Amino acid sequence: MNKITFKEQLSKDVFCLKVQAKEIAKNRKAGQFVIVMLNENLAERIPLTIADAENETITLIFQVVGATTFKLSKLNVGDEISVVGPLGTPTHIEKFGKVVCVGGGVGVAPLFPICKEIYKIGNEVNVILGARTKELILWEERFKDISHNLIVCTDDGSAGKKALVTEPLEEICKNNETKPDLVIAIGPLPMMKFCSLTTKKYDVKTIVSLNTIMIDGTGMCGGCRVSVNGETKFVCVDGPEFDAAGVDFDNLLARGKSFAGIEHEHKCRIGLTN
Amino acid sequence: MEETISKIFNNESLTIKEKQQISVQIPQEQDAQKRICNMLEVTSTYTERQARIEASRCLECKNPLCMGGCPVNVKIPSFLKKVSLGDIKGAYEVLKEDTLLPSICGRVCPQEKQCQKECVLGKSLKDVNKAVSIGRVERFVADYARENDFDSDIKEIKSNGKKVAIIGSGPCGITASADLRKLGYDVTVFEAFHKLGGVLIYGIPEFRLPNNIVEKEIEKLKKLGVKFVTNFVIGRTATLKELKEEYGFEAIFISTGAGLPLFMNIEGENLVGVFSANEFLTRVNLMEGYKEESNTPVYKVKNVVVVGGGNVAMDASRVARRLGANVKLVYRRTRDEMPARKEEVEHAMEEGVEFLFLTNPKRILGDENKRVSKIECLKYELGEVDASGRRSPKEIPGSEFLIEADAVIMALGNNPNPLISKTTPEIEVDKKGRIVVDENLKTSIDGIYAGGDIVLGAATVILAMGMGRKAAKSIHNYLKL
Repeated sequence: MNKITFKEQLSKDVFCLKVQAKEIAKNRKAGQFVIVMLNENLAERIPLTIADAENETITLIFQVVGATTFKLSKLNVGDEISVVGPLGTPTHIEKFGKVVCVGGGVGVAPLFPICKEIYKIGNEVNVILGARTKELILWEERFKDISHNLIVCTDDGSAGKKALVTEPLEEICKNNETKPDLVIAIGPLPMMKFCSLTTKKYDVKTIVSLNTIMIDGTGMCGGCRVSVNGETKFVCVDGPEFDAAGVDFDNLLARGKSFAGIEHEHKCRIGLTN
Repeated sequence: MEETISKIFNNESLTIKEKQQISVQIPQEQDAQKRICNMLEVTSTYTERQARIEASRCLECKNPLCMGGCPVNVKIPSFLKKVSLGDIKGAYEVLKEDTLLPSICGRVCPQEKQCQKECVLGKSLKDVNKAVSIGRVERFVADYARENDFDSDIKEIKSNGKKVAIIGSGPCGITASADLRKLGYDVTVFEAFHKLGGVLIYGIPEFRLPNNIVEKEIEKLKKLGVKFVTNFVIGRTATLKELKEEYGFEAIFISTGAGLPLFMNIEGENLVGVFSANEFLTRVNLMEGYKEESNTPVYKVKNVVVVGGGNVAMDASRVARRLGANVKLVYRRTRDEMPARKEEVEHAMEEGVEFLFLTNPKRILGDENKRVSKIECLKYELGEVDASGRRSPKEIPGSEFLIEADAVIMALGNNPNPLISKTTPEIEVDKKGRIVVDENLKTSIDGIYAGGDIVLGAATVILAMGMGRKAAKSIHNYLKL
């Protein structure tokens, strides 16, 4: 089990935890995630991105969306959870030239370490952070340190521009002088889908990081599968990052709701209907 | 018959004719209607009386063909003889010489294709079903040993200081760990999941192999001094190179199994409600999703179609029945070609699983929410004998028909998990991703050995166990130099 060493509430539903995990902290690379369990007896396994790591701890950011994330948000410093990883294929980092990093909501968690590496090796980095409202814009200050230019947009205009992230993204892509060599977009599925549709128009390569239902996170269950260019891929081992142009986002949206409604009415099912 | 039976219990010898006349002992079974409402074991262990009678049927052949049929060559006539005489402890000692996990093998080995297929009694009675029920007797001995604590004298063995890492806590890995520990090595088993046992825990359902039996076996290994580390993914949490150079392991054994589920690549396969058998079974078995207290959801199913003909297909079908679903199993060959253990096929049929032979899916159809609604299948016929020695199925054009379904479970087998080969590019793998080993199970890297399904492709528990045993010998030869 792994001890929680730090906790911070970032917004109403978004939390940041630091967790002791020596080996993971040492070997994790940008783009990788862990599988978290609240306990090892009857708890479920959920994937969470490693947002950062230092010394012997890893940083996790999560939004309360279901039973496990709700219970996780109630834990405090000193409590223990179980984490395994780092899982997934690390991000391919190289000198691309001009890169736009788009983060929506808690998508900033996976985006942060990638952006940091991309910036570090000398790319020209434009960051666009988007959320519904001001309080949901996360880590704005931290992104300032790892970008050349930062654009914030909110749906209600309470911070930055009143716009969807696709608007500044389109402007950057449209202009031949700012047109990026690569876009990395991480956030809710609809956001990633529309970023992809936007950049496709200008023929700009776009990478998205997917967060699907998983059990083991090592390729064993196949619950995380996604159709990429008509071919089935496993997010946990082939991903989590894919070229957005080939990703079937509508199928992912449906698959994400596989167990919707079941969580709340869960009862013992053995023999009930026989 | 009474006379023959009393001879057995007076430890008098029987004639061949008398042995042939004793009928096969049938263990108690839960009634099919009752058992589909619970997760408890279907078949009971023999009573001591049944075990002694069954063991007495052994003809004690001079050339025991049954032993050749066993992948680890258990001394079958010898342990049966001891059981027939009521010396259960003696029988257990004989079993232990060749198998680490008799309580598990007795339950899950396909005996009718191994030892019992070769049994001369069965042959003389012209019916493999009349062979000595070696597996059931083995299970009795192992269960009796556990209940009577025959292994209470296990003590931690002094370590010789040489560290060996085992990757994966399935049947292959734990067998190797036991043998190496007994030879004095400082053995650590790494497991990616939070629970130990590999396929024995996440794959095989409780009604066929109760989890507590696997847990007891692991307890014994802990008593021997084997160390276990869970939630540790080799290749990710640490690489093979780190295990050697930073953690100081002098030899490594890779027994990670074949954990990458196959799909058919047909239309509709990524609809909501299509699962690999691995996912479906893991949710129910490992995560205990059927229990109210469990946080892992299990998909609600009414009409399930399971695709495949192996043990995993039987397990998935029978678990779905227990969750209250109507289950149809489609298999593209016939019952005779099914790789599943005979008893599991019979049990599935008794439990109301409907078998559609010579049938194979063509595509899966979904509703407006992208959830499975129907599956379109094609009828097949058997053609020429193929490379597997079985007649190969051919589709009948124009034979498409629809089955109503809200879930489809693909039980088509597994490919080797590529995590280690991906993160250790220097290790040689074949086209199918299986790790290539020499006759001593050594991989292309010195000090690193591999066995079980990562080498064989998907196989059986007993073969995996046999390779664990062999690897332990090879590693011992390597390290003692």
